[in-house]
Amino acid sequence: MGTGSHSNQVYADCVDLSAVENASKQNYNNEPSIVVAKQHNALLIFSLDDAAARFGLDVGLPLANARAICPHVQVYDADEAADSNALNAIAEWCDRFTPLVALDPPHGLFLDITGCAHLFGGEAAMMRLLCGVLTAQGFTVSAAIAGTAVCARTLTRHVHGRIVRAGEEADAVRRLPVSALGTDAAVVTGLRRAGLKTIGDVADRTRHEITARFGARFTTLLEQALGQRDAPISPRKPLPDYIVEKRFAEPVATEGVISATLSGLAGMLVAAMGQQGKGARRLEAWFFRTDGTVRTIAVDTGQPVIRAEVIDRLFRERLDALSDPLDPGFGFDLIRLTASRTEIVVQQQRDLDANVHDNDEIAALIDRIAARIGGKRVVVHLPQDTHIPERAALAAPAQHHLTAATHAVWPARIMGEPPLRPLRLFERPEQIKVIAQVPDGPPARFVWRRATHAVVRAEGPERVAMEWWRTESAMLTRDYFRVEDEEGLRFWLYRDGLYDREIAQGEGRAVQPNWFMHGLFA
Amino acid sequence: MTGARTSTLATLRGNIERIEAPGEAYSPRRVPLGHADADATLQGGLALGAMHEVFADAGRQNAAATGFVAALAGRVSARRPLVWIRQDFTELESGAMSTSGLAELGLDPRLLVTVRAVDVDHALRTAADALACDAVGAVVLEVWGEARQFDLVASRKLTLAAQASGATCLLLRTAAEPQPSTAETRWIVRAAHSPPAPSPWSAWGAPLLDTQLVRNRHGPVGRWIMEWKCDECLFGKPAAYPQPVAAAPAHRPHQAPVLPRQRRESVFKRSGDRFA
Repeated sequence: MGTGSHSNQVYADCVDLSAVENASKQNYNNEPSIVVAKQHNALLIFSLDDAAARFGLDVGLPLANARAICPHVQVYDADEAADSNALNAIAEWCDRFTPLVALDPPHGLFLDITGCAHLFGGEAAMMRLLCGVLTAQGFTVSAAIAGTAVCARTLTRHVHGRIVRAGEEADAVRRLPVSALGTDAAVVTGLRRAGLKTIGDVADRTRHEITARFGARFTTLLEQALGQRDAPISPRKPLPDYIVEKRFAEPVATEGVISATLSGLAGMLVAAMGQQGKGARRLEAWFFRTDGTVRTIAVDTGQPVIRAEVIDRLFRERLDALSDPLDPGFGFDLIRLTASRTEIVVQQQRDLDANVHDNDEIAALIDRIAARIGGKRVVVHLPQDTHIPERAALAAPAQHHLTAATHAVWPARIMGEPPLRPLRLFERPEQIKVIAQVPDGPPARFVWRRATHAVVRAEGPERVAMEWWRTESAMLTRDYFRVEDEEGLRFWLYRDGLYDREIAQGEGRAVQPNWFMHGLFA
Repeated sequence: MTGARTSTLATLRGNIERIEAPGEAYSPRRVPLGHADADATLQGGLALGAMHEVFADAGRQNAAATGFVAALAGRVSARRPLVWIRQDFTELESGAMSTSGLAELGLDPRLLVTVRAVDVDHALRTAADALACDAVGAVVLEVWGEARQFDLVASRKLTLAAQASGATCLLLRTAAEPQPSTAETRWIVRAAHSPPAPSPWSAWGAPLLDTQLVRNRHGPVGRWIMEWKCDECLFGKPAAYPQPVAAAPAHRPHQAPVLPRQRRESVFKRSGDRFA
């Protein structure tokens, strides 16, 4: 969006969500119905339908008064959670018009349609389409298009379907009452008492007078409504770097068409990214169902992807492995592919060194496996600066740490020694029963998993002191022993706590030390 | 017999020969293990681009079998990445693979990529994927217990993938009975005693494995005590091993029979018929 270009915001005010939701479920005979919510210890009308409004009921009226005016009124309780879910569902459906959709609770939506309207036959046609679908679903909709979000919202409070050209915002809102601005009730009352009934009245006063009386926030709101100042909306989802999409005249539901569409979109996306030398690190496929449900499937990659076949294959793997498969329902009418995270790809000449090529292939393999079974399940190992055996290696997701892992420096083994660390290590050491000749000596027999092992050889202790600077876990010093039993099996055991120093407490009577099985040697 | 029929028969016969013995046509590259007798039996060493099965003799011998598989992987992968696929469950049962332990065996932990599969199906699929990538040196598939998914079709898939890419597939099975498969070799591994030390201070505890080659597609079988030399990354004969090792009996069938299991199944089926 260049300077001076006209940005357009739609504000769709879907009022009476809960009323409509409840009424459409239970009430077909056009009886007046209201939704009440508890405010200040009184049940007040939260929203109401047209039939109720015809009786003279209004938002904010106590329920007792409403019953007095209209004894046969249907009353429903407000359900804020259901309201916000409905608003979110509508916002999700609105994603098909523009990627920039912002929520304005309790029942409004901002759509930034800059540069999108022509795809739907112009602003008026787009608004008709949007309102038509929502009305058909049973919502009461009031929408407006204007240069600033606040201006559009102000308009929806009193007129439906206004489209304001650039620079005409002030004229459009001048004659509306100040309550349309949607500011605090106290400010509205204050303005009324000052005799300023319409927005035009307020706008005619000098700004510093208004600011002095009602605060800078109100002045800002006023200027935004008049189109003199703009504030960006905060969309629900970050804007993806690249978007390609395909709309269908008839909804598609077959797997073949869906995968062919994804392949085609992958080609378009790669072409778009290639022009700017970018590769995708995170891809999302959006499936818009005809009934308004949107399913998003994301694929992360370890290396920027620049080839359409790779994208195609990753999505095939992902779709195959979905625990709840893609449900087309009555079909998808829009499939969108976005690259939400991209990186600049340095195109490099393939040299004769096979290693570079191999690393790319391994990264691609890891991406494929991760797409199927999840990124956290494919790990590489990074050395940690600690002596505590179970913390010596950190399993990190391979997609993001492959390079770090290939360049990691592991402690070198001591030449000529047998393995001093076990091949298999128990995450949680298992307690064993040990018979030792002396309390601080090596074990003579031990019972592990209900089997008794007689120790033939033992070497130790190798003392591992706990890290006192990690105060969160006060752990005892461990004495590790490498032992071999009569069968030739080799174990790594430890005694928890230094005998006589850490574990001899009580009335001069030593407590038996605890022994643990921590690993198995090959 | 007409000429056309003869030639058709010859073609078919050729096809069948190719299907039955892909090894000969393929003539795989081999890596010597370092143990002279074993290498002689294996005709030069362990075949690359094939599948090898390693069974732990019992549940408690799992660590020894792991050591053997890690050692084989170290031999065949040749400074190329090693993909180790295992189930979440095995971690509780027999401990997680320790990278420091792997480094102690002389392998490079930087080349290890671990995949934690949810179940056997995912593990098999991932293994087939990893084997299809020719940058991978070896793929280890670790499965605990019997798994009906490991049928001939599955092992054939793995073998074909390994042949196509040249990566080696090593299957580590614990608490499972050998089933018919397309594996190039099958080993049963248990730990062996450390040799008696001349002095109580001498180093002991290098991996000593009692390995039994129970199936070899292209040669005889045998049983050897092997010592893994961590520094050289090579197998060898233990220096002094007083305990004599019985040679494999000459009449030993090529493959261990799996009769009892089949019999049990057939009895079950019959009784099922009767009750049905």
